[in-house]
Amino acid sequence: MSDTLPLTGHARADRTPHSLAEWRAIGGYRAVERALQMTPLELVNLVDAANLNGRGGAGFQAAKKWRFMPPVGTSPGIGSNYLIVNGDEMEPGAFKDRFLLEAMPHQVVEGAIIAAFATHSAQAIILIRDDYRAGITAIRRAIAEAEAANLLGTNILGSGFNLHMRVHPSAGRYIVGEETALISALEGGRAIPRKRPPFPAQSGLWGRPTTVNNVETISLVPHIVANGAQWFRALSRTEEGGTKLYGVSGMVKTPQLIEAPMGSTARELIDRCGGVSGTGVLRCFQPGGGATPFLEPADLDTPMDFGHMAKAHSMLGTGALIVLDTGTCPVAVTARHIAFYARESCGWCTPCREGLPWAARILTALEDGTAKPRDIEILRMTAAEAGPRGRTFCDLMGGAMGPLASLLARFGDLVEAHLDGGCPIRRGQL
Amino acid sequence: MTLPEDLKQQILHAVAEDGGAKAAMLEALRLVQQAEGWVSDARLAQVADLLGVSTAELDSIATFYSLIFRKPVGQTVILLCDGASCWMNGGDALRQALMDRLGIGFGQTTADGRYSLINSACVGGCDRAPALLIGPDRRLVGPLSPEGVAQLLEGEL
Repeated sequence: MSDTLPLTGHARADRTPHSLAEWRAIGGYRAVERALQMTPLELVNLVDAANLNGRGGAGFQAAKKWRFMPPVGTSPGIGSNYLIVNGDEMEPGAFKDRFLLEAMPHQVVEGAIIAAFATHSAQAIILIRDDYRAGITAIRRAIAEAEAANLLGTNILGSGFNLHMRVHPSAGRYIVGEETALISALEGGRAIPRKRPPFPAQSGLWGRPTTVNNVETISLVPHIVANGAQWFRALSRTEEGGTKLYGVSGMVKTPQLIEAPMGSTARELIDRCGGVSGTGVLRCFQPGGGATPFLEPADLDTPMDFGHMAKAHSMLGTGALIVLDTGTCPVAVTARHIAFYARESCGWCTPCREGLPWAARILTALEDGTAKPRDIEILRMTAAEAGPRGRTFCDLMGGAMGPLASLLARFGDLVEAHLDGGCPIRRGQL
Repeated sequence: MTLPEDLKQQILHAVAEDGGAKAAMLEALRLVQQAEGWVSDARLAQVADLLGVSTAELDSIATFYSLIFRKPVGQTVILLCDGASCWMNGGDALRQALMDRLGIGFGQTTADGRYSLINSACVGGCDRAPALLIGPDRRLVGPLSPEGVAQLLEGEL
């Protein structure tokens, strides 16, 4: 089972995490032993050959990020490189990292040790959102067990590699998950994104070369080291390697996490959830969480990987598939998403700070039936003005415009129909 | 009341672990809140003093993070998800039931000091929508029906 489901195959149904001894009994930490006999460059090349795309949302190749990390002694200044594992999962619709942190903590620690070695990092920090208390406890316990077994600390398993690992519990705010904001937060500042360049690999935490990887990305690393790049690529249906931990929610009969080959389709995932609930008929879906543009039934058979979703004018994002039946209004769903992003804007950039609350108010007015035609023009303007990238420091605003712009493009008539006394679906007219 | 010694030691440990007083500001606030439920003005000043930062700087961190409470909260904090997946699965009815039963709105605390209700998204429980987090362990509860609210508050869920 774990040959085809590396991330979840060994998980227990009640999410009880493995002890170190239990984890080792099923092959745990053998990948660390193997990795420490390789060179960091060989590891980067292996992950490159596996074509592991970052699972945090953007889909940037993990090996490319790692390759930017300079070997110790070649970057100016003193101090360590840093590996940061991003467990600040807060994207509307996403619940995958919660599972990996709670149920598979040694998998995360093992992946982080290997990634730290590959990026020449002597310090690793696992940032976890405050609400994931069970995850924080599980990871802390796993780190303590690994330290006691010399899988962390000085001269790990006699390899000469030193690594200190700790957990940083956060305290709310979606923006903390943005990698440069996360670095600001770890330095003790408000979590406000920074301009890139310089990229974190050049100047990150405390000005040191830093790699930030998502929990799911890190969790896949030990399996690549243990089983090889070819095996990893063969797990996928497309060019992008591995399995993907999809999270299906919204209007499906049994919402759930599903580990499936990368490139699985929305139709397959929805079927595995018992089909569409509510009216039983699909209106549209978001393939990768709140910030990803809507797709329609025509895209049910499009492979859900980063490349195919981009070609279909959406994004794989976090793989959090949000399903809307014909009885659910995409205006209302977008209103809830935008209200969230407006609340979570850090306030640093004006378009985001001012534009999102305005859009949220208009969407609420549309639902209530108090919006005017001019309001829809303002929504269109807001969506058009938010992109392309570069008008705000980070992608919070741009991401939030994903559902809004696609709502206006795909469901323009439905949006207009809201001018006539509010939501026509709620009024039973559609 | 001065800062209790054990809390002080925990904060100093965080300073050593996190890479300095500034980097440990959030953890210090978390530790105070873990012990006392919220961060009072008096504690804020004492912690700032201990860390060697200004009260204003520490407060700028405290007020940035939505889960650092600068007002007293109830013994049990409920974080109710107001995200889209929870809404689609009856989140509004759950919200109404909670508000009716507790007699408070979002951001408020019951008169007897037992409960605070806060809206939050996404709580990472979309597979259990509509969902909420409750208590010091942020236990995930869901799917929760309006009828289940009474049971939840009586400790049966």
